[in-house]
Amino acid sequence: MAQERVVGIVGYGSYIPRHRIKVEEIAKVWGMDPETIKRGLQLYEKSVPTPDQDVITMSVEAARRAVKRAGIDPKKIGAVYVGSESHPYAVKPTGTTVAEALGATPDIHTADMEFACKAGSEGMFVCYGLVKAGLIEYGLGIGADTSQGAPGDALEYSASAGAAAFLFGNGDVLATVDFTYSYMTDTPDFWRREHSFYPSHGGRFTGDPAYFKHILGCGRALLEMSRMKPSDFAHCVFHQPNGKFPMRVAKMLGFTEEQNKTGWLTPWLGNTYSGSSPMGLTAILDISKPGDKIFMVSYGSGAGSDGFIYTVTEHIKGKPELAPKTRPQLDENKFYIDYGTYAKFRGKILKAG
Amino acid sequence: MMSSITARYWREIPQRYRGEASKSKKTGKTYFPPRLVEPKNGNRQFEPVKLDYEGNLITYTVIRVAPAGFEDQGAYALGIVELPGGARITAQIADCPLSDVKIGMKVRVVFRKIRDEGHEGIHCYGYKVVPA
Amino acid sequence: MRDVAVIGVGMNKWGELWEKSLRDIFVEAALLAMDDASVDHIDSLYVGSMTPGLFIGQEHLGSLLADYLGQCPIPAARVESACASGGLAVRMGWMDVALGVSDIVLVGGVEKMLDVDGGAATYALATAADQEWECYNGATFPGLYAMIANAYQAKHNIPFDKFRKQLAQVAVKNHANGLLNPNAQFQSKVTPEQVMTSTMVADPLRLLDCSPITDGAAAAILCPLEMARAKFKKHSPVVIAASGAATDTLSLAHREDIAYLKATEVAAQHAYKMANMKPADIDFAEVHDCFTIAEICVIEALGFFEVGKGGDATLEGATALDGAKPINSSGGLKSKGHPVGATGVAQVVEVAHQLRGEAGKRQLQKARIGLTQNMGGSGGSTVVHIFKAV
Repeated sequence: MAQERVVGIVGYGSYIPRHRIKVEEIAKVWGMDPETIKRGLQLYEKSVPTPDQDVITMSVEAARRAVKRAGIDPKKIGAVYVGSESHPYAVKPTGTTVAEALGATPDIHTADMEFACKAGSEGMFVCYGLVKAGLIEYGLGIGADTSQGAPGDALEYSASAGAAAFLFGNGDVLATVDFTYSYMTDTPDFWRREHSFYPSHGGRFTGDPAYFKHILGCGRALLEMSRMKPSDFAHCVFHQPNGKFPMRVAKMLGFTEEQNKTGWLTPWLGNTYSGSSPMGLTAILDISKPGDKIFMVSYGSGAGSDGFIYTVTEHIKGKPELAPKTRPQLDENKFYIDYGTYAKFRGKILKAG
Repeated sequence: MMSSITARYWREIPQRYRGEASKSKKTGKTYFPPRLVEPKNGNRQFEPVKLDYEGNLITYTVIRVAPAGFEDQGAYALGIVELPGGARITAQIADCPLSDVKIGMKVRVVFRKIRDEGHEGIHCYGYKVVPA
Repeated sequence: MRDVAVIGVGMNKWGELWEKSLRDIFVEAALLAMDDASVDHIDSLYVGSMTPGLFIGQEHLGSLLADYLGQCPIPAARVESACASGGLAVRMGWMDVALGVSDIVLVGGVEKMLDVDGGAATYALATAADQEWECYNGATFPGLYAMIANAYQAKHNIPFDKFRKQLAQVAVKNHANGLLNPNAQFQSKVTPEQVMTSTMVADPLRLLDCSPITDGAAAAILCPLEMARAKFKKHSPVVIAASGAATDTLSLAHREDIAYLKATEVAAQHAYKMANMKPADIDFAEVHDCFTIAEICVIEALGFFEVGKGGDATLEGATALDGAKPINSSGGLKSKGHPVGATGVAQVVEVAHQLRGEAGKRQLQKARIGLTQNMGGSGGSTVVHIFKAV
């Protein structure tokens, strides 16, 4: 029998654009009461990409930070998987540009993942599997989005931009992957048809039969297969379409607000879709200690969840300081913009030609 | 549809994405883009190096009348940045209020989309700088 | 080498010449020059034109213009060095005559810029900059000169308000001169306030710091000085005392000193040496004021004023028509217009008129030795000529 490989995360990085728009600014345009949204969805502001930033640029920045933390030669990266529902091209891979910018070509495998908000965690899952199988030395799984909500739609308050990158390898991992489990069904709660600019969704159908069913299904199975209980974990992180859902699902699984709060970024970040729970994980790794156990369950409409249990190792020491941490990116050096600037940045202004 | 910029764009990827430059074996000066002959001394011996990504802004302007392909980014700051080793690049200064741009400021090179080739052409990526 | 004389010059009114094509405006200017020289045949033709391919979709100008000028089968060539194409055409013609290959040469310049919209014209002009490492990243021509301006102000530590007034004065002076030139595109006076409150194009350069988009052509007839004395006695001869040309890096970023136009200094030094003259010997000059900052940098690089003092000299009136060193008596590119390929030849037209005492209301008191300086791109090429009345 082959020797058991200790496989896990050897480096991680996040990238959040500096521009923000407040819920009040969006609500004002549509004549809505911002207090209702802030209270009901627990959303206060969200990140906005400038016109020169997209999934490719944010992925490159996050990936460079992951490589810096790992301290490896990018030539050793054997796979890059970028998960997103806002890949810049309909046809032409995001991954090749990211790999090229890292200097990781041509000895590499890349593929673009798309599974609504779950595409980031599936890239992580595939990298983990390939490293564990011994097919590659290092694999880079990235979740990134510059998602758009239709103007006036509830999603406009949450759809934001950001990227989180994880480099998987074996040996000096800073967090081991102890268990994984995935849970999928065909559930049409949110979709975007070819040539449509904005996604459509099933309103309240996105709740119980979609988000909650899949995260609970995945989370409960993960707890069962690991024979662990919520109190064994230092941190948990779930997909965050708004501020309310992840807090509620954490409670339903038996986690406390304290365990959930480090990775709970959406109230100030918005929903970074494929980057959502991965971004939360970067914030957790930034402050975690050796021995900490982390429980993560993503969710993507359509629908499914990927679950991971990680244990932080001694190798985490000193790593967070090697690149910008997530929470400071979220809290510091922000530029607040008005709705007009937001509309310009996001291509919402109809122009000639 | 054939796009006129594709091959030209692709050819410069090592420089635009990764800052690949050449360092003179004679004077130690870094050249970006790489050159085959060193100005003034005729040296042809270089070694490949990567640009150091932090430098100083040595001059700048704010482009108020943006050229084709850059209209959505106007107004934007454009500057010349000197990097360690003596290489200089002309790049946009992003993520900085226009009134804060100053000669001598420290900047860092980042990866950004530079422009789109029309509505149906390629996205063109490359380097910009942001305040360090 | 033979001494070369200018025996005829010609240009029409420049501006937005909607009813005329490139060949029309060139042939009109060329015929004026031929009539001025009293010649009906030329041995060869050099025409400076920056980018007729981008402006009107037409290359192969040598053949086209020789044909429409009724001069086929003479040898003819288009000469290109961006905005210095005209100056370089003059140099090519001078070499041709000086070397004894041709006797009577027409050197011309033409640009038909208004057949394309503003965006396409901006693009065409920007091809004079480094497409891959400047324009790709969003540089424009006003932007490149604006970076020269900011580097210059910082290097010489000039308070911004004062610097702003220095720039404005270049435009004010050149518009005042242009008012006296019936061929100038703009026959309008501007005030410093108008310049300093005009639309910002690329900080610190505003709309009235920039030369305009222009349709226009100019031409001059060259022949050996001896032949001029023997056969062409209509005008007192104007001799080309020297020709100098130089290059610098295409990318502004790669210049050792971004605030200094080195190619202009080198071209001028060659010319001074050839003419056995010093900057102080030059009575007046036509220089390449594509932007106000360019004139300030050029008059320093030519050695007329101390480096860093060109703006002060301008403010003090030293470069005005009645100043110690009149610059751009024609109105310069700023007021006369800037049909890029024609500009360098039009400078020769103005110098010849001044040397012959035919400059009308803008005639200079002292005009025995005149200099032209024509520059390509952000200073990547420069051509300097010195002319003398003999």
